[in-house]
Amino acid sequence: MISFLFFAILFSHDNRASFEIASMSQPTALPVSDSLKNAVIRLAGYSQDGIQSIGAFLAQLAGSTAQDVMTYMTIPSTISGGPSIFQVHLGSGKVLHPGDEADTLVAFYQDSYQNHLSSLRDGGICFYDSDKVEEITEERGIIHIGVPFTSATIEAIGGTAKDRGKNIFVLGMLCAVYKLDREKITHIISKKFGGKSEDILRNAMLAFDAGYLWPVHDIDHMPMAPGENAEEKRLSTDGNTMLAMGLIAGGCRYGAGYPITPWTTIMEQLRSEFPKYGGMFIQCEDELAAVSLAIGAAYAGHLAITGSSGPGLALKAEAIGYASMAELPLIVVNIQRGGPSTGMPTSVEQSDLMQAIYGSHGDAPRVVLAPRNVEDCFYTAVEACRIARKYSTPVVILSDQAIATRIEAFPEPDLEKHWDDVDLGLDERGVDFKPYPIDQLTRHSPPGSRSTEGKYPVVTGLEHDEWGHPSGNPENHAAMTAKRRNKLVNLADSLPRPEIFGDDTGDILIVGWGSTYGPIREATGKLRDAGHKVGALHIRHIHPLRVDLGELFENFSHVLVPEMNDSGVYGIGQLATLLRAVTCDPKIKSINKTMGITFRVQEIVDAATYALKS
Amino acid sequence: MTVPAEKLTKKQLKADHPTWCPGCGDFAVLASFFNVVQKLGIPHEKIVCVAGIGCSSRFPYFVNTHGIHFIHGRALPLATGISLSRPDLHVFVFGGDGDGFSIGGNHLNHAARKNVNLSYVVMDNQVYGLTKNQTSPTTPIGRRSKTDPRGSVDRPINPMAQLVASGASFIARTHAAQVKHMNEMFERAILHPGFAVVETLSECTMFFPGAFDSGNPRKGGAFDLVDETKRNMECTAEAMQLAEETEIMPPGKFGVYLESRRPTKNELENEWLKDAQAEAANLKPRDLLRQKFASMR
Repeated sequence: MISFLFFAILFSHDNRASFEIASMSQPTALPVSDSLKNAVIRLAGYSQDGIQSIGAFLAQLAGSTAQDVMTYMTIPSTISGGPSIFQVHLGSGKVLHPGDEADTLVAFYQDSYQNHLSSLRDGGICFYDSDKVEEITEERGIIHIGVPFTSATIEAIGGTAKDRGKNIFVLGMLCAVYKLDREKITHIISKKFGGKSEDILRNAMLAFDAGYLWPVHDIDHMPMAPGENAEEKRLSTDGNTMLAMGLIAGGCRYGAGYPITPWTTIMEQLRSEFPKYGGMFIQCEDELAAVSLAIGAAYAGHLAITGSSGPGLALKAEAIGYASMAELPLIVVNIQRGGPSTGMPTSVEQSDLMQAIYGSHGDAPRVVLAPRNVEDCFYTAVEACRIARKYSTPVVILSDQAIATRIEAFPEPDLEKHWDDVDLGLDERGVDFKPYPIDQLTRHSPPGSRSTEGKYPVVTGLEHDEWGHPSGNPENHAAMTAKRRNKLVNLADSLPRPEIFGDDTGDILIVGWGSTYGPIREATGKLRDAGHKVGALHIRHIHPLRVDLGELFENFSHVLVPEMNDSGVYGIGQLATLLRAVTCDPKIKSINKTMGITFRVQEIVDAATYALKS
Repeated sequence: MTVPAEKLTKKQLKADHPTWCPGCGDFAVLASFFNVVQKLGIPHEKIVCVAGIGCSSRFPYFVNTHGIHFIHGRALPLATGISLSRPDLHVFVFGGDGDGFSIGGNHLNHAARKNVNLSYVVMDNQVYGLTKNQTSPTTPIGRRSKTDPRGSVDRPINPMAQLVASGASFIARTHAAQVKHMNEMFERAILHPGFAVVETLSECTMFFPGAFDSGNPRKGGAFDLVDETKRNMECTAEAMQLAEETEIMPPGKFGVYLESRRPTKNELENEWLKDAQAEAANLKPRDLLRQKFASMR
């Protein structure tokens, strides 16, 4: 008990304590070889400076040069302005997390410089805008290099563009420092700006060249090693985009939503994409209308999707209960953010797990799946569509702000394998048709399908008998409640047993879900390198869980569950609570973090090391 | 509208016997709906009856057509989903004053302004009947209920004025005791392309008996009709004036308050759909997605 209470205090209740842990961590030494395998670049400025664009260009470049990439950004929840960072982790091999510490910091302002120096590793390099920043002295061996981003850009473009373009100047500079593929990156820039006026593209190229040629004297150039990813077709994009594409591949054609950060970019994309596939995505007056409209399309025979972020999911809860009761297939996307209430709309948290599983009234079973990274958003969405159709039930896809907004590079999905065509199913229903057969899966008869007998069904949220008639019969309610629950029981039985990464028996099993995948994998590797026997288990099927998970836990002395949610009144996080309920295993302990930022690898390593000592 | 070989009979359309109280105005609404649907000859399987929660929202169980009984107040967005995604269907929405003007009030405004293609019958009894006599959004000031034992103090909404302000393109008002008029209003609503709403004063004999006697000549009232020959049916200002007169001098005028033709949400969305598909003419859906992937490389 002591150990998990300690972690909770460490990571949830006292932010400074966790910073102390962070600064104790060992800096990664610069590789001795001539080329870099990994580089973590942090850009710190304001949200209007276009630092997200630099990050996106670098990420796209990585994707097209067989390198791996993961980005991380913070944006203020203001309309324009406010401090913002974009961190890019480039790697010639697999990149699993956005990087605990930066190797290079680019600071645009005095406050970004001062606030983010601590994120730089000992001996790292800091480029700052010498027009805006006054250098401070510190003793960690950091190389400070002043470059006049602002005035050099103005000079390059011709004195007309004010502050615009300095992001592209910085991109050029970084391209030279890391010896990145200049041809490819200028191609990406021209693709981005090519559609706009010629002046904009010309200015961007002038700024890029000025940055590329800027003499950075104090350091040796640090060429990135060539990428090792052999796949031919690699995509680089963010999680919300891949989730939207997965929904299309899974057969979703109709949907409805209401804008809320960070869900909105999914609905923006579906609004434009669905019509191409013969469907529609409708912006509604509120969350209640959005989920209702999607249920209407589902009733009409389509596979429909609605989505939101935490507060919106709460508003949809009643209708999700309806979809569970009426047994309609429905995809509900929830991009988690810091809560409760308006909370921290642009920060990450995993605190909607219980809401996703239980958020409604009555016994309202639904399936909950969680993608672990950007690539997995696609496959999780396809699987969610298949489950929703097969079991005629709502399925919640529980992503989060970190996956939603960060960019990763990965192989293009094979649409020969991951594609489903969906039809309305309007064939005539015979005399034996029952909308809610007690011993079979529900298959609705959508409007437009004829009935041989001339009797048409009512789909309903009232408790009903097999024919859909309202029924208050006690035995019937018990039997129908069991019918709806048993769909999930059957699904759980059909799920593959999750594979353990690393050791499948030993000291510690680290169990995670969602976007903690990368840091957990990396931490597991570090702990094993340090001689411990450690395994990692990542759960996509959050609900229903396989009931035999406990057998896997028996092979370990400790089971740790890192989650970005609060340890709560009973000292354990949300998934850990469920795992305890399912396995009755008191070994399950939590590592909770409630700062609205993702886990650092070192935090998990430290927590695991502490658990081993105690 | 496609006309089937055979028109439906009342026997084909009848389902469970209604659970309404004896004398409830909703029986007449149901009978009127049967009449109009038989007359128009809509294919049986293409009719969808949608409802939220309330006494009148039990409607789908009493009609033998495809039906969906949804949650309180959300029948309109649900019906919007059906209407937009299935242009081949005829979507009918039934509900009461609580469902439509109170808990679902926001949806009424938006379904109206978007001009979603569907027909909506509001059975207004000016009381919450299913929960047994609480004040509703249309309850007149001074009427006592279980939630207003001293008499209602809140100004009731004016359904006609609200619908005009919301941008509904067909707005009518009728009385459940005037079957012929009700038939005519329903028929015109069904034939109207776009959002068509008919407010039907439908008496709750259990909790608010006699509420609409003033509009029933058989009970000594007056059934005063809108004179359409003297009005511009597309003019919202005239419709609003009529709505205000009805509020000031109950039971007011019955008939069509507004009838205007403007593009429906269905038509507008379908234009985009057609354009988008024309652009992708030669690509199979799977190749469309592959093309999208290519832009992410």
